[in-house]
Amino acid sequence: MTGTRIDRCFADMARQQRAGLAAFVTAGDPDPHRSARLIAGLPGAGADIIEIGMPFTDPMADGPVIQASSQRALKAGMTLAGTIDIVRQVRRNDDDTPIVLMGYYNPIHSYGNDAFLKDAIDAGVDGLILVDLPSEEDRELCLPAVEAGLNWIRLATPTTDSKRLPAVLAHASGFVYYVSITGITGTRGATRQTIASAVDRLRRHTDLPVTVGFGIRNGEQAAGVARIADAVAVGSAFCQAVADGLDNGKGTDAPIDNVLALCEAISHGVRKARA
Amino acid sequence: MTDNSYTLGPDQEGHFGRYGGRYVAETLMPLILDLDRTWQEARGDPAFWDAFHELGRNYIGRPSPLYFAERLTRHLGGARIYFKRDELNHTGSHKINNTVGQILLARRMGKTRIIAETGAGQHGVATATVCARFNLPCVVYMGTKDVERQAPNVFRMKLLGAEVRHVTSGSRSLKDALNEALRDWVTNVDSTFYIIGTVAGPHPYPELVREFQAIIGREAKEQLMTVEGRLPDTVVACIGGGSNAMGLFHPFLDDRTVDIIGVEAAGRGLESGEHAASITGGRPGVLHGNRTYLLQDDDGQIVEAHSISAGLDYPGIGPEHAWLADQGRVSYVSATDDEALEAFGLCSRLEGIIPALEPAHALAHVMKIAPALPNDHVICMNMCGRGDKDVFTVARALGVDL
Repeated sequence: MTGTRIDRCFADMARQQRAGLAAFVTAGDPDPHRSARLIAGLPGAGADIIEIGMPFTDPMADGPVIQASSQRALKAGMTLAGTIDIVRQVRRNDDDTPIVLMGYYNPIHSYGNDAFLKDAIDAGVDGLILVDLPSEEDRELCLPAVEAGLNWIRLATPTTDSKRLPAVLAHASGFVYYVSITGITGTRGATRQTIASAVDRLRRHTDLPVTVGFGIRNGEQAAGVARIADAVAVGSAFCQAVADGLDNGKGTDAPIDNVLALCEAISHGVRKARA
Repeated sequence: MTDNSYTLGPDQEGHFGRYGGRYVAETLMPLILDLDRTWQEARGDPAFWDAFHELGRNYIGRPSPLYFAERLTRHLGGARIYFKRDELNHTGSHKINNTVGQILLARRMGKTRIIAETGAGQHGVATATVCARFNLPCVVYMGTKDVERQAPNVFRMKLLGAEVRHVTSGSRSLKDALNEALRDWVTNVDSTFYIIGTVAGPHPYPELVREFQAIIGREAKEQLMTVEGRLPDTVVACIGGGSNAMGLFHPFLDDRTVDIIGVEAAGRGLESGEHAASITGGRPGVLHGNRTYLLQDDDGQIVEAHSISAGLDYPGIGPEHAWLADQGRVSYVSATDDEALEAFGLCSRLEGIIPALEPAHALAHVMKIAPALPNDHVICMNMCGRGDKDVFTVARALGVDL
């Protein structure tokens, strides 16, 4: 087999004529131990791709839910090294599910780009999504990451016009993440029609699979998007499920159970969408 | 950048050496490029600068005076001390120089809504002011910690018609206000112009804010030539993000005989860890659109700054300052809360000028160096804001119940 875990995952889903679910949770939320178990449980609950948020004190593009999730993780002692360690733990029993790290640049900058790329690849990371590294700053981390064999997953947004798309897509691999609204995570969603025309536009510029995210929080919405895109990304809804589990049962597995139950429901919507 | 001038930066991608850049979300990137195009056009358009200078003269009250602080000079017994009096500007600080420039850019871009972040409230007031003047709706983000300690400015912004949104996330001060403003901008990218208050953020902000503030240094140079017949020996300014300092410093960067000193806020002392001295106590990182010196922990998480002065309470600094620090062209030192309070009191009593707590930090450093300097040594300090807004904070620090 060729390509990365991400390439193989999308090829498999294409053969099965279905869309996939990319599930986002923050590393270390609600604490390092439960977070590792939660993440390890996601594929069994129907997640096709795991997106792990690298917590940061100043998540400028995130809404209150993911901000709170990051804060909980940092308070519980999560670090970038700890995040990589969670990937290592998950990889021990799962050599297939693609794992993508998502977040902001400064913790990586502080860790050291070369050391980070080496450690992330050793642990089994497949791709990176860096919110605050646009294509203008490709020399910074994108080119070294691609060189090292990672997929560089690019964010495209409603403001990324057709003139700009070629530059944005130049070094993209794995998939393209379409941010369906102009805004922060965990707020409103876009209409199916808007998403459909945006995805059409993207497909004219790239053969890469398209994942659509922002504002998708239940199986029904996910199913709607799954008819258009190759994968559906869900994040804030899972982070909210962690928070709800914490409110209901301190120190219990409620946050894990909540997220996995929601993941199953959303995955069900995604898998049935084109049936 | 060549070796023979310190004033050629940034390059086209907004880099001052390894600092600066455009580290923003993709949603904002097309707008940032648009802003850069508008700015590059405007800066070459004499009509743009005519409008800027007309407002400078008749709305802000420029040029601001250069004042010989005679009693302070005598009291310290050494160098001759001048204040560049940007605290006499309309709205009480240097911030208005920049907001006038940026609102002209916003109008040129056809934007219909203005947002800003504020710490001490001076930038918020200056933004609310130009929004009233040009009839544009204005939203100012301000950390709840700053809302409490800068109550007079919150009320002023409301009087001027702005909506002040209280920011409760993170450390509830300036960096979090900036995060919220960026979140607003990402959401309202089509309609909204973000008036950033300091020489930081993604390119072209550090450059354009500097150009609007450099009027301070150009005037000071001309005024000093008139009264002293020569360049100053030392120029001094306080630094949070660094806009008043960059405004004063920039026209002097290539005058090699001039010592340039930036004074960061050392809060409760550098060794206490509770300070806002990004260069002295931080290391390079990426935040709010640029690479620069940041206060951060070993994991690259941003550490909360501390300063009695809300305007200096920021864990970063403009990227051009970061570069000038590495080049060794500007010396960056620091003054503590207590030293600033002492300078605040001394200036009020000796000169009848109640300084803002921000320039009180610059003055604290002047008080350290002036006594040992000869009588013909000329220091020019930027008195970048007035202290009316700080009287409650100072009263509390001195244990006085108002």
